[in-house]
Amino acid sequence: MGDVLRPERFFRERYGVSEGTLERVLGSALARHADYGDLYFEFRTSETLALEDGLVKRASKDVSQGAGVRVVAGDKTGYAYSDDVTVSTLEHAAKTAGHIAATASDARAVAIRPATAPHDLYALPSPPLDTPLADKIALLEAVDREARRHDPRITNVLASLAIEHKLVMIATSAGTVVSDVQPLARLHIACIAQDGGQRQQGTYGGGGRQAFAFLLDGSRHLRFAREAARQAILNFEAVDAPAGEMTVVLGPGWPGILLHEAIGHGLEGDFNRKGTSAFARLLGTKVASELCTVIDDGTLPNRRGSLNVDDEGTPTARTVLIERGVLRGYLQDRLNARLMGVAPTGNGRRESYAHAPMPRMTNTFMLAGDATPQEIIRSVERGLYAVAFGGGQVDITSGKFVFSASEAYLIEHGTIGRPVKGATLIGNGPDVLTRIGMVGHDLALDEGIGTCGKNGQSVPVGVGLPTVRIDGLTVGGTRAETGSQRP
Amino acid sequence: MSPGPLCADDLRAVALEVLDLATRAGATAADAVAVQHAAFSAGVRLGALEKLSDARQKRLGLRVCVGERTAVAATADLTRDGLAHLATDAVALARATQPDPANGLPVRTALATETPDLDLYDATAETPSPDAALERARAAEVAALESDPRLTNSEGAEFSQDAATIAYASTLGFNAAYRSSSFHLGVEPVATSDGRMQRDYWYARARHLDRLEEPVAIGKRAAARTLRRLGARRLPTQEAPVVFEAEVAASLLRHIAAAVVGQSLYRGTSFLLGKLGEMVAAPLVTVVDDGRLPAGHGSRPFDAEGLPTRRTVVIEGGRLTSYLLDTYAARRLGLVATGNAARAVGEAPSAAPTNLYLEAGSHTPEAIIATLDRGLIVTELIGFGVNGVTGDYSRGAAGLWVEHGEIVHPVEEVTIAGNLLDMFRDIELVGNDLLFRGSVAAPTLKVRRMTIAGA
Repeated sequence: MGDVLRPERFFRERYGVSEGTLERVLGSALARHADYGDLYFEFRTSETLALEDGLVKRASKDVSQGAGVRVVAGDKTGYAYSDDVTVSTLEHAAKTAGHIAATASDARAVAIRPATAPHDLYALPSPPLDTPLADKIALLEAVDREARRHDPRITNVLASLAIEHKLVMIATSAGTVVSDVQPLARLHIACIAQDGGQRQQGTYGGGGRQAFAFLLDGSRHLRFAREAARQAILNFEAVDAPAGEMTVVLGPGWPGILLHEAIGHGLEGDFNRKGTSAFARLLGTKVASELCTVIDDGTLPNRRGSLNVDDEGTPTARTVLIERGVLRGYLQDRLNARLMGVAPTGNGRRESYAHAPMPRMTNTFMLAGDATPQEIIRSVERGLYAVAFGGGQVDITSGKFVFSASEAYLIEHGTIGRPVKGATLIGNGPDVLTRIGMVGHDLALDEGIGTCGKNGQSVPVGVGLPTVRIDGLTVGGTRAETGSQRP
Repeated sequence: MSPGPLCADDLRAVALEVLDLATRAGATAADAVAVQHAAFSAGVRLGALEKLSDARQKRLGLRVCVGERTAVAATADLTRDGLAHLATDAVALARATQPDPANGLPVRTALATETPDLDLYDATAETPSPDAALERARAAEVAALESDPRLTNSEGAEFSQDAATIAYASTLGFNAAYRSSSFHLGVEPVATSDGRMQRDYWYARARHLDRLEEPVAIGKRAAARTLRRLGARRLPTQEAPVVFEAEVAASLLRHIAAAVVGQSLYRGTSFLLGKLGEMVAAPLVTVVDDGRLPAGHGSRPFDAEGLPTRRTVVIEGGRLTSYLLDTYAARRLGLVATGNAARAVGEAPSAAPTNLYLEAGSHTPEAIIATLDRGLIVTELIGFGVNGVTGDYSRGAAGLWVEHGEIVHPVEEVTIAGNLLDMFRDIELVGNDLLFRGSVAAPTLKVRRMTIAGA
């Protein structure tokens, strides 16, 4: 699209949104006794190319634009948004959102000062949206060939390349205006395999706030294709998964979804401010084994879950959630931080202009320990070794969480054995990390594929984990054995 | 934001305008969907106003064909300039893709010739009344929290409404629009006992405000659902019969839906592939998709390609009788489209259920539970552990443990596992409690045996 304009200039030229407009609209938003207000402008272009049957037959491009006006008074939030961005719709929205505040007061004067983000985590010489279509199509075709070459039983390859380019500008009643250009690319591959009457699927992918070239670096796209194909073929050998509580070893990287579900959501400020999280009022207490230090870090360069500023204009940060087993912090947006009397942590995120922000994770991971992965496997007499996962979910209030393994093996006498079919693992968030008995030295972040959903809003996130041993987690297979015991 | 009226004629005109621009840009065929929304919601928590939201959105999606090549583009910029850009972008994108003879619009003779009034619209959805909305939410939450002193906290109650106008036009000469509305009221209380918390929820949804269930009834139901979870325990790992409450039984039907839509079949990602005409469920299972149910949450007069919606029996007496197909999938499979094309504004059409339901049986839920000597009633499922290719199923569950026909204690932190084909073939009893709270609905179902993993 060739937009080299800074977002402030883009929004001014396209919609006539000047600093004076921002000041006037924010002033109207605060025309009652409100604590805080902000405006969020978004212009997002997304492009998706999809391959199946060896051909790129599907392509789409979507341009969405809009603005959201938020007014906060105490714990009340008024939000109004429109995709028709004009000065008059903004003023109308400001008045609508402002109705949240109970009593009228004088319009407040707001003086705007442009701010800049403290870090520049994903400046790209050429955003992936600008890459010629022919190059993108060639990548998908190469993925298809590589997956089919891996094994003749691969009968179909579904590969998609999703690219997004988002310009945002946030103006707050504190007077700051900050903007950001947020590129995002993701390659997703599903391989379908057939062997006699049996069919299986394997999936893999990755990306980040990266240039197109990232996907080609070291033939990353071909590695992804082989991974998806390998998983599909492996599933032909998988036996029924065991059922019951057992020792579970998680491999490095994406299995960090454990932290996202078991810990991360429960530490979001909104649920803790309201006292509806199983982690409420546990700050300073031991919620994990001393081997565990868990971090949420929105400042990792080029990661899918990273942002220069969150969607309220707060710079993103590295937040220690659990330090050597002790709960140290929550993830905060402005509203919940203010009500809890702490500083915002740069975790106020939203899916788009059509959504009010709330506390969300960025990249959530556990720091590495000392053990080698081999030592960890060797220490298990009988258990499950799970290395790839689909999605997960948590009940914040009871603390029960699940995540579903898509590639897992039995461990017998300290050795990795046969692959088992996919199974859901279920546990209790506030106590699962107390059962971590070993932590590997092999911390890895995921490939850049995760999307987190909360209250109907989806945002890109990252996770990471070293190899860990959990001494007791329920594995939801179909093979119920007599004598399935607690360890 | 600026509360302009929803105008179907304007949307139809915009759709026609973009088709003209697409044709000039080189499209050999095209269709467009234009959607306008006005949405409002109001939330309370612990009796006090917590959030108000007001929204206006208008978007247009264009699909173009250049011979056998196709692409889709969407925008919120409905100015002539914006539409012209959209048309040229879409045509350029289509030219970059590879041809497929199955692409393209439906045949003209298949198109809907009328737009029946399916009772989908209540004009009060256009004009929100914040005070009345807040009062409804407040009444539901109060009714919940006053039910029992153990209900000490709340994630709040929310009332929302949405009015939409949907226009569809194609270069085959189709050009029609319809309106729809939706009202929703939900409440999520939190109960505490012995220092442990449980949450649950209940909700109602209707296309007409005056048909929405009363707030007090919703609140009381939410309270009862939350309270019955207090004191939940795990179960020992075992095999046992499982009863799915109606609300969770609908989730099983969603897995069937995912397996019978056209794209899952031509891609080979469905566990029901190649099973047309075979017994895929117990003989007492009949599953119907009906796009014309009056005031149905999934009803529409025509589908996203202009085909008339209809009633399709998907499973009849346990036998798989039909897939749900859009035009492209039908061509790929050598079958006939079933009027099930759906599309998000920015996406190409694909098949989706309209109103999909499992026909009610004759047993009350109480009578079904009474048949359990030892078994689990599942009241909530979490997670994504379903493999659509193989039908392998493993999800987190919460519910109630039954012995000798009586509920003895609530259950949490267990999984239930099996295979969807086995589960549907093992359905022993079907409840008489079919109610539509959304577009997919099922009555209470009893499955003969599944693996429960716990302690």
